[in-house]
Amino acid sequence: MTCMARVFSTGLLALLISANLSADTGSRLWATGGVTSVEGGAGGGLSPWALLGGYASDEEWGGTLTLSRAETDDYTLSVVGAGVTWNNRVELTLARQTLDLDSLVFTLKNGFGLEEDELVQDVFGLKVRLAGDALYSPWGQWSAGLLHKRNREFTVPDAIGAEDDSGTDVYVSGSKLFFAAVMDRNLLVNATVRGTKANQGGLLGFGGDRNDSYEAMFEGSVGLFVTRQWLVGTEYRQKPDNLGFATEDDWWDVFVAWVPDRRLSVTAALVNLGDVATLEDQRGAYLSLQASF
Amino acid sequence: MKHSVIILVLLPLLALSGCQAMVETNQQNSALYQQLGERSGIADIVEDLLYRIVEDERINDQFRGIDVRQFHTNLTDQLCELSGGPCTYSGRGMRESHADMNVTDTQFNALAENLILAMEENGIPTGAQNQLIKKLVPLYPQIRNL
Repeated sequence: MTCMARVFSTGLLALLISANLSADTGSRLWATGGVTSVEGGAGGGLSPWALLGGYASDEEWGGTLTLSRAETDDYTLSVVGAGVTWNNRVELTLARQTLDLDSLVFTLKNGFGLEEDELVQDVFGLKVRLAGDALYSPWGQWSAGLLHKRNREFTVPDAIGAEDDSGTDVYVSGSKLFFAAVMDRNLLVNATVRGTKANQGGLLGFGGDRNDSYEAMFEGSVGLFVTRQWLVGTEYRQKPDNLGFATEDDWWDVFVAWVPDRRLSVTAALVNLGDVATLEDQRGAYLSLQASF
Repeated sequence: MKHSVIILVLLPLLALSGCQAMVETNQQNSALYQQLGERSGIADIVEDLLYRIVEDERINDQFRGIDVRQFHTNLTDQLCELSGGPCTYSGRGMRESHADMNVTDTQFNALAENLILAMEENGIPTGAQNQLIKKLVPLYPQIRNL
């Protein structure tokens, strides 16, 4: 993982340098690729949007590389991600999430005799823009997507009652930018409905003793472009509660994204993940760096 | 009788509020026109936009061979009228003038980008930029010939 991260950060750096030499990102307007969510696809930090990653317009290719990190009271989540978008139609993404268990290590050792100190999951994403354009269509932009998730190590999810080490989320998202909507600023609104069995996004496996079937979850966010380079907003993500071992809470955050130009975005957020695997009230900070090409 | 009194009172009120609404939209519109620097400010923006178009490989082919002076006048009048200014656009309809151009999304985005950059270059405030774009967005299906 650390090796992966090094490879990616080197890649990110190389990319930024090369991007500076040839300014050929796609043609979509600034920040219309959103940022990269913790699951790899274009969105906010926690939830996918109908927007596709990068800036590829209808005759272009584009892509993104992302490094993200969330630190809450008792956990650290690191994400490395990459994605490509074709013709503003199809987005393919890859993300590796690593959750450092920090304080949970002791619970696992004392309660379950487990010696794990991290949980690792790969997320393969496919998103297709079905119809519309977030900026130009009165009814906004609509996309559907799949997120196929695989736990790399299932010992801990298994021990706490998860049924499967892999699962696939299915979602439909709508995104719409309202021009000059609030104090003459542009307002971005996103809504997503996701069918999922994932526990804590999948890091604690899929399905559980309390529930082992797909449930529909609602996710939404709003963001205001203070200028075309600064987006501030908030996100909410409803979550299932499949495990008897610990209750699972909904997630939310407030974020600010800085998009100095198409090649780079920096997102900072205050996240509230609620109770996570018996450890209560997980709040913290989130930082994400994204390069687009 | 009672009803007619109510109508007598209500009708002028309705008419008045209608007038007020009209005055307000006009004021809003002309406020945008002022913020864009009136017709001369808009003419400057359009001039910078034209320079950007010429330099932009994504779209300059589409503009090859146009009468630049006429185009400048027409687009300036159009933006002036859209922003609530005292101008009348006398060019062809958007659908008609773009019918054979096969404008792609890439090209539409490129033009939007150049317009925004031209407005920034001329110091147009963000709010006024957004308002003008909002008025141009409904032209998207006509320009893309959708």
